[in-house]
Amino acid sequence: MSEEIINDVVIRLAGNSQDGIQTIGGFLARLAGRSAQDVITYMTIPSTISGGPSIFQVHMGSGEVLSAGDTADFLVAFYQHSYEEHIDSLKEKGVLIYDTDNVEPDLQDKRFIYVGVSITGLTIEAVGGTGKSKGKNIFVLGLLTRVFNLKVAKLRNLIQERFSNKGEDVLRNALLAFDAGYSYPADNVLNRYYQFEISQKDDGHPQVTMDGNQALTLGLITAGVRYGAGYPITPWSTIMEMLRSELPKYGGTFVQAEDELAAVSLALGMAYAGHLSVTGSSGPGLSLKMEALGWAVMAELPLIVINIQRGGPSTGLPTNVEQSDLMQAIYGSHGDTPRIVLAPQNVEDCYYIALEAAHYARKYSTPVFILSDQALATRIEAYDKPELAEHFVDPKIDFTPKTADFLPYTIDKPTQRHAAPGTIMQGGKYPVVTGLEHDEAGHPTANPQLHMKMVAKRRDKIKRLATELPKPDIYGDKEGDILLIGWGSTWGPLREAVIDSRKNGDKIGHLHLRHLNPMPNGLERVFSRYRQIFVIEMNDEGLYGFGQLATLLRARYANPSIRSITKTDGLTYKIREILNGIQSLRSDAVSTFSSYPNS
Amino acid sequence: MTKSNTNTIAPSKALTRGDLRADHPTWCPGCGDFAVLASYYKTLEKLQLPHENIVTLAGIGCSSRFPYFVNTHGGHFIHGRAVPFASGVSLSRDDLHVFVFGGDGDGFSIGGNHLEHGARKNINLTYVIMDNFVYGLTKKQTSPTSPIGFKSKTDPFGAVDRPINPMKKLVYSGATFVARTHATQVKHMGEMYERAIAHKGFSVIEILSECVEFYPGAFDDSTPRKGGEFRIIEEKTNDGTPEDEKRHDVTDEAAAYKLASLEWPGLFGVFYEKDRPSKNELESNIVQRAREKNNGLSDLEILEKTFSLLA
Repeated sequence: MSEEIINDVVIRLAGNSQDGIQTIGGFLARLAGRSAQDVITYMTIPSTISGGPSIFQVHMGSGEVLSAGDTADFLVAFYQHSYEEHIDSLKEKGVLIYDTDNVEPDLQDKRFIYVGVSITGLTIEAVGGTGKSKGKNIFVLGLLTRVFNLKVAKLRNLIQERFSNKGEDVLRNALLAFDAGYSYPADNVLNRYYQFEISQKDDGHPQVTMDGNQALTLGLITAGVRYGAGYPITPWSTIMEMLRSELPKYGGTFVQAEDELAAVSLALGMAYAGHLSVTGSSGPGLSLKMEALGWAVMAELPLIVINIQRGGPSTGLPTNVEQSDLMQAIYGSHGDTPRIVLAPQNVEDCYYIALEAAHYARKYSTPVFILSDQALATRIEAYDKPELAEHFVDPKIDFTPKTADFLPYTIDKPTQRHAAPGTIMQGGKYPVVTGLEHDEAGHPTANPQLHMKMVAKRRDKIKRLATELPKPDIYGDKEGDILLIGWGSTWGPLREAVIDSRKNGDKIGHLHLRHLNPMPNGLERVFSRYRQIFVIEMNDEGLYGFGQLATLLRARYANPSIRSITKTDGLTYKIREILNGIQSLRSDAVSTFSSYPNS
Repeated sequence: MTKSNTNTIAPSKALTRGDLRADHPTWCPGCGDFAVLASYYKTLEKLQLPHENIVTLAGIGCSSRFPYFVNTHGGHFIHGRAVPFASGVSLSRDDLHVFVFGGDGDGFSIGGNHLEHGARKNINLTYVIMDNFVYGLTKKQTSPTSPIGFKSKTDPFGAVDRPINPMKKLVYSGATFVARTHATQVKHMGEMYERAIAHKGFSVIEILSECVEFYPGAFDDSTPRKGGEFRIIEEKTNDGTPEDEKRHDVTDEAAAYKLASLEWPGLFGVFYEKDRPSKNELESNIVQRAREKNNGLSDLEILEKTFSLLA
């Protein structure tokens, strides 16, 4: 039987959420990470309480993997509905592995290769015939291990790590199911096995494999965040769950509050007490926090605010992805409340953006937003293990007594630190931290001159950050016809779209903004080197035809060549969708205002 | 919790009332809150708490202006959220003495749910609610404690909504120290302050504090110099006498509830007091257990260990 050398593969597992397909997807991702391979996963979870159709897609490869893949090379269908729903996501000549006990595929459809296996029956047989089909997922893992010649010993280790604390029976059954899948004579139905080529990535640097929420959480801990509060909401909850169990190890605590208002208030109490604290949420939760976040800007206290964006508005699409909270993050509170907004571009960046957020929050004593999203939160990637010792912050409150001339709200020193309670005030005057407009000492005042000065001060310190941001990095052509601009989780698909376009001879570059408020300086020079600028976002084009970032960029640069590609289907961008968007915009470069009515 | 969170620099001199005075209060002349403020100064002077470790916090309302009139580390937060804010301070800084001041609107209306959860969790802090039965800062609207029939700008025909009973609310929510006093009864108010501060856990004092501008005479029924009667709860002394049988057992929740059901103006004093571990203690225990489990490892080593599980 022949063995085909492959560089990468996309496997889509389609079943119901209780079948444990996330578990085997996770195993495959972790295995890839341990094998110095690159991996990105993609999953859908039904928002129903238990059960419902669900998929887990794994894109693993020996080269750089940038997206979860538009289409699958392999589809594993556990049920008839899985087959019917997902067969069109399979590439032509792709392989359908289906459970003959539950699926009857249309074998006349000659686009695909069919591999029928009695997944349910063989699993029951393998684990002792109790009639329960628990373990089907592990059977399939065994089968895939054989087909792709994966490392058996490493996978058995992963299974042991996962199941050893669930009892001997569970572990034994899992291993039995795995072995049954692995020894299944797949060559009866499949005419070849596969072998990944040697990974180019194997530079000896150990990799870690995790999802975006885990990376964010670990970034916060590395950055010295020890306190926080939150309220459960999908897809933010896994961050608060992990902080709740991790922070006590470092002497801190995470509080589950009675609601979102209390959560942000608790976190601000911790900030007032002298800590860098964190709160976060998704969708409606952020709307509820906005008043208190305005107070944080006014009172000038540091805070990290995480928004795992999901489909909105209102309860919206709780388990889908969208980037429609950018304006809210920047402008969401009443009054002029300028604040720092950052967005990570992939799972690895979730870790590093948390470090950055902590640095800025401390330095400027102000809230910092991290805009992640559902897709980043739940997808798994492997990345180089960070140099922890280099980044690790051991937080200490500064109790240095304050001299008599201390003022909590100096106008000329915009980065003045808050004097945490416990600090002795040598002049005998203790400060009040306040949400009323105040003078430099913190006394309430409605003096018009002072209000203007204080508003300007709070704005200028955020502007000052722009001067220390790294110069934006352009991928692809540094000048040319088209510049693609994105933010957040669209980074991978945009990069792939640029790679594809350049193969077709396009002069095209990609700019990804990690700093959204303030934006880095000097973008106008970048823009001037391209004929057209397309901003790609997962939000609505709005009343005037531009997505949220596009609107901001147009407002700042008044550059009519900045235009918008948006979508609101609640799913991550496919490469094809981006390429189509570019095609349709580039051909009508002149009619800039075509989408504006009556123009 | 960890050592680094605690200021260990020793205070230099005795704390006096003068040290504690700050801006002159902006309250209307004759407002009951002046007495509540004076009593706070006096109590702090008596207890000699380290000046820099006293924290005076509030939400929004007339009485919530308190922090500006007290020279301690202060925080003026947003409407209704003073309790969770103060909880964040308390839970992350066991070395501080956390005081929250506010009114009936802040505490029982917009912040009503937070009051219940602060009580349930038994956060270690002292909360003083100046109850005047009216919204004063916004100039006479109905409050959650306004009696039925009270005429205000939002109830020109008289209030129709049943007022909440603060004592009942606090007792059922799980507050571990619940007391009621009166701004004109300086001695009693001082005692309540001291007992509330001595209590470990969520201690609340409701102080009837007259709004002379928008609800004058509201508390005459319990003001002796206005012809009313200030009746104090007699607490059990466990002296074995037959009279003691009739006295109030402050640890008896049902009895507290019964006392809270008495007709207006009711009784004053401690309705309920119980020892129950505070969330501060319980969280400390969790930290201690987690630390023991990772015995000897530095924080960085603990983080390395977590990463190794994700390799």
